[in-house]
Amino acid sequence: MNTAYNFAFFDEGSKREIRRATLKAIAIPGYQVPFASREMPIGRGWGTGGLQLTLSLIGKNDVLKVIDQGSDESVNAVNIKKLVSDTTGVETTEETHDATLIQSRHRIPEVPLTKDQILILQVPIPEPLRYYEPSESETKKLHAEKEYSGAWLMLFEQIMKYGSMTTGADHPVLVHERYVMAPSPIPRFDNPKMDESEALILLGAGREKKVYAVPPYTKVVSLDFEDFPFEPESFEDKECRLCGSTGVFLDELVDEATDETVYQCNDTSYCLEKLNAVGVK
Amino acid sequence: MTEFEVPVLSVKNLNKQYGPGCPHCKEGESETLVKNYCQVCGTVYACRDVSFDVFPGEVLGIVGESGSGKSTLMQCLYFDQEVTAGAAFVRSYENGEKNLFQESSQQQRYIRNHIMGKVYQNPLLGLRMNFSSIGNIAEKLIAAGSNHVGMMESRGTELLNKVNIPVHRRKEAPKYFSGGMQQRVQIAKALSNNPPVLLLDEVTTGLDLSVQASVLDLIKSLQRELNISIVLVSHDLGVIRMLADRTLVMLEGKVIEEGLTDQILEDPQHPYTQQLVHSLL
Repeated sequence: MNTAYNFAFFDEGSKREIRRATLKAIAIPGYQVPFASREMPIGRGWGTGGLQLTLSLIGKNDVLKVIDQGSDESVNAVNIKKLVSDTTGVETTEETHDATLIQSRHRIPEVPLTKDQILILQVPIPEPLRYYEPSESETKKLHAEKEYSGAWLMLFEQIMKYGSMTTGADHPVLVHERYVMAPSPIPRFDNPKMDESEALILLGAGREKKVYAVPPYTKVVSLDFEDFPFEPESFEDKECRLCGSTGVFLDELVDEATDETVYQCNDTSYCLEKLNAVGVK
Repeated sequence: MTEFEVPVLSVKNLNKQYGPGCPHCKEGESETLVKNYCQVCGTVYACRDVSFDVFPGEVLGIVGESGSGKSTLMQCLYFDQEVTAGAAFVRSYENGEKNLFQESSQQQRYIRNHIMGKVYQNPLLGLRMNFSSIGNIAEKLIAAGSNHVGMMESRGTELLNKVNIPVHRRKEAPKYFSGGMQQRVQIAKALSNNPPVLLLDEVTTGLDLSVQASVLDLIKSLQRELNISIVLVSHDLGVIRMLADRTLVMLEGKVIEEGLTDQILEDPQHPYTQQLVHSLL
């Protein structure tokens, strides 16, 4: 553990300020709470929002897991894990069950989360109406007045252009029947996992200086139309080539030599766990 | 009073000033003003004690030179600007018993979305230039509570047909349209929720004569067909003569003359109106 820094990198005042914003975010589900995003040893846009939440919440007894696009071993995930464990000395893990804090970029793990866990998502653009209305002061008014035609309009435009809703990720959701929220760029497949989630879900945007939250057991509904209902990605008839799992989010891989398309679990720790359980090799 | 005599929209003593006012200008009633400008405190009295009624199916024209407060009046009626004092009542909202200007901003948005339509002089203000034309119409429909893509698409197509936008261009963004076409899309958008009150602010200014004629034609026929009430602002007496049943003449923020359009054009009483009518080429 690197003792040149205070526990968890930040000074206590900073951590308290971030926690205070987090408390407000939990009290108003889906509402974007501004906070004083700190300078970090990694660049803005590389997960600083999530990292600040993690650092402000982590305690000596926590067990940390960091995921980047479903992978525990990508550079980004490894570096964040190293930074946190260097400045706190907490244990890190790749097992979803064992973790108490899970910082994730763009995925919610396949293993259902429990009430003893906190999921922290990194958010690039927290404002679901940003493309519709570029001005922050205007979107604030729209949220205040619960005027969300813009969010539906963006989906309507996709249907007009492509015949269906084409949000690959970051499909907007209505939280607790009040605020429309960007769920961070998780695939549509993960949206239903937010609904009535047992774990607390926190979302942090470092560059945009916003924190927001989905408290446990909160209603989260993906936006849709009567005649175009929301549909998550479907992987029917497909299974992971390694562990044989079905009903999980799969990556599509094309073998360039043989031109064959194969599928593989996106959540590497889930895949590994399955493989270990059946005892392959 | 019979049904016919109950106004659809009734405006009472509307005042709008820019600036705090001072003892010198005594709330705009003093003769010490230069036109509608106070030299001591710099306050501009844009609308002074404007009152009028609009009856079902009636077109009310408002004329006046530039700077006479016409557009400010329209902006106040559509809640784009806050009034300084005054009241407005709409028959189809709370039985015409509530002062619209004192409602919450959420309620005002409801009124805009459900009861009013507005066509701005500048299509940039009334349209989302980057969204498709049909999307623009859908925006108003979504705001008015619609959640069915098929229904919104057919309604949008029907309206765009009415305003002579070719069907194959309905999915194009208005930014690729000519000024006249943009104006017609705006009219279609404003009509989409069947508003009992339509506000038209200098709709034909800046259009060439043939397009002007077709837009005016369109407004006239839609108004006859749907029996909507229109408040029409223009500095073009030709437009007023063709469309308006009754006319108000505004000067320096005040209504100086009011009467049947023919009467005002044939027998103007106020010196300014006389000058205006005689300047008609």
